[in-house]
Amino acid sequence: MAAPFAQDDDSVVVIIGTGAGGGVLANELAQKGVSVVALEAGGRYLPEDYVNDEWESFGQLAWTDPRTTSGDWRVAKDFSGLPAWIVKAVGGTTTHWAGASLRFQPHEWKARTTYGEVDGANLLDWPLDADEMAPWYEKAEEKLKVTRTDGRKGLPGSNNFKVFEAGARNLGYKEVHTGRMAINTDWYDDRMPCQQTGFCFQGCKWGAKWSSAYTDIPAGEATGNLEVRAKAHAARILHDDSGRVTGVEYFDENGDLHMQKARIVAVAGNSFESPRLLLNSASSMFPDGLANSSGQVGRNYMRHLTGSVYGIFDKPVHMYRGTTMAGIMQDEARHDPARGFVGGFELETLSLGLPFMAAFLDPGAWGREFTSALDQYPNMAGMWIVGEDMPQEANRVTLSETEDQWGLKVANVHYSDHQNDRAMRDYAYDVGSRMYDSLGATRTLPTPPYPSTHNLGTNRMSERAEDGVVDRNGRTHDVPNLFVSDGSQFTTGAAENPTLTIVALAIRQADHIAREMSAGSL
Amino acid sequence: MPAREDTALAQGRTALRGLTRRQLLSGATAMGAFVIGSGYVTGARADWATEMRALKPESFAALVQMARDIYPHDRVPDANYVAAVKEYDTQDKAEMAEAGIADLNIRAREAKGEDYLDIGWERDRVDVLRAMEGETFFQTVRGGLVTGLYNQKAIWPIFGYEGESYSKGGYIERGFDDIAWIG
Repeated sequence: MAAPFAQDDDSVVVIIGTGAGGGVLANELAQKGVSVVALEAGGRYLPEDYVNDEWESFGQLAWTDPRTTSGDWRVAKDFSGLPAWIVKAVGGTTTHWAGASLRFQPHEWKARTTYGEVDGANLLDWPLDADEMAPWYEKAEEKLKVTRTDGRKGLPGSNNFKVFEAGARNLGYKEVHTGRMAINTDWYDDRMPCQQTGFCFQGCKWGAKWSSAYTDIPAGEATGNLEVRAKAHAARILHDDSGRVTGVEYFDENGDLHMQKARIVAVAGNSFESPRLLLNSASSMFPDGLANSSGQVGRNYMRHLTGSVYGIFDKPVHMYRGTTMAGIMQDEARHDPARGFVGGFELETLSLGLPFMAAFLDPGAWGREFTSALDQYPNMAGMWIVGEDMPQEANRVTLSETEDQWGLKVANVHYSDHQNDRAMRDYAYDVGSRMYDSLGATRTLPTPPYPSTHNLGTNRMSERAEDGVVDRNGRTHDVPNLFVSDGSQFTTGAAENPTLTIVALAIRQADHIAREMSAGSL
Repeated sequence: MPAREDTALAQGRTALRGLTRRQLLSGATAMGAFVIGSGYVTGARADWATEMRALKPESFAALVQMARDIYPHDRVPDANYVAAVKEYDTQDKAEMAEAGIADLNIRAREAKGEDYLDIGWERDRVDVLRAMEGETFFQTVRGGLVTGLYNQKAIWPIFGYEGESYSKGGYIERGFDDIAWIG
């Protein structure tokens, strides 16, 4: 039967979310002839709809439904209702991401073994490793047309990158380049090369940056096997007496409740919405939430270390011209406990426009110390720290007493830094500041983490059922036909931007699901 | 209440017409904003003027000064600070703003012996603000300014920010890599 599918068609795979995980899984399954209904809470926006305006775009794309926060992270104070800057739209946060596409380093799949016991951290090895993931990474890199990979050339260096690169070289760093990016340097798949427009975070109007919104989603729809229902907000996953899931209840944009029957359900709503949905799906058979016999649903929330360093110079930089993430320094990504922390971090250039710089440079600050920095906006260069933060059981998503517009309890996001996180961030601030100082910066600004864009953990992958929520294929330990397909699967966060790994896992999961379906075991 | 607004506007216009430049300057206070007629506020250089709908003109003048003292940018004209806080001059927000400004003036008189607008040095006004930065009123005004001021496209060129670039073809041929001082 071709899309659209009937709500009582119980042969379909229902995927909740259409970003890097759900959008890719939907297309990969559709290409294999599997019928898929994808429920997406947001609307559909394409390059012609995106706007080169930070606040207007935020209003168009960002998830601004209520969430609550707690813990000692500064985001809970400065942006108490906005723990994350992620997207509610077909394509999810692949509309917003900057495009950095890095593989995990081999040792990062085995954080517990490599780092040893870390006090207060809930470290665990992934049940996967670099060798097993290599072919899936290759497929993901080919899908995203990652630069500096498989013969594709790198992006040219922008002003912000040239400052960054010179500073890194002054300090003796070697692995400095314009990144492995899912931003075209040539025509691929009818998508044009980058025009150095900036506003990567606001959706690429050229379509030069890969987003599932205008690649995998329409490709899947073209097969006739994928139906995407936009503005369909999943409320609850239903199950039968045998403990198998049977369908998903969702609200349409008019607030009417529907139920789509399902053969298999895959949850890919990001690290807040996925555990929230499992917790909101509690029943008499699963009183602590669906797939939560381990008690790990919602736990081990990770957000990467983050933090930024801006440098002010006595000469112009114009950092906002060109790609937002214009280059990377990888020398510090290694594991070297002699630095005073386990794990490592990447430094990547970053820029914000004036409106977001005012909002995020030092939230809550005022007076001339703050405004004199903004006055130097054209002379600023910027970088972002992406480091591995420690999974901690107490850093978690729980159900808040606050309800959303559908009357569903929203996610409360609790996060406090681990000592390892603080030590790494201080070290990274120092490296970034010295890079700019070496070029004569007149002022450097170590900037606190923004609302999170890398949201990981909360349904983590584990070998043993008691240690996590899903197995090595993203299938929940407790419910045989329920999968998790987004960054919430991450056992640990590694130092790399997560999208490439989410995509690789989704391609691999699609292969697994299709194989199990043909074998008749799903 | 259109009738009242019309009256205030008319009075304000009359007052503005009747003022000479010298009178304007002699009436200037710390910020260079002051009240003319009933229901009209203008800048010392008469480069901006706005009629009041709900707020007392002297309260609005204090609010504009407060906005500049919170986010002081010497190259940004008063008119942009006026635009940033004009939202408080509405029936539903005026009561809160009047109470906040009244408190600001009480604090100013206690600490510095003068109403907020009459305090001549920024550092003395900032002292008053620092003492109230935990208050809801201060945080409401400050938080509103983050978008109310910095999201005004009119001020972006002052900061060297070029804004939208897609319609110009991006920066690929417009200086994305034109930095001259890096080797």
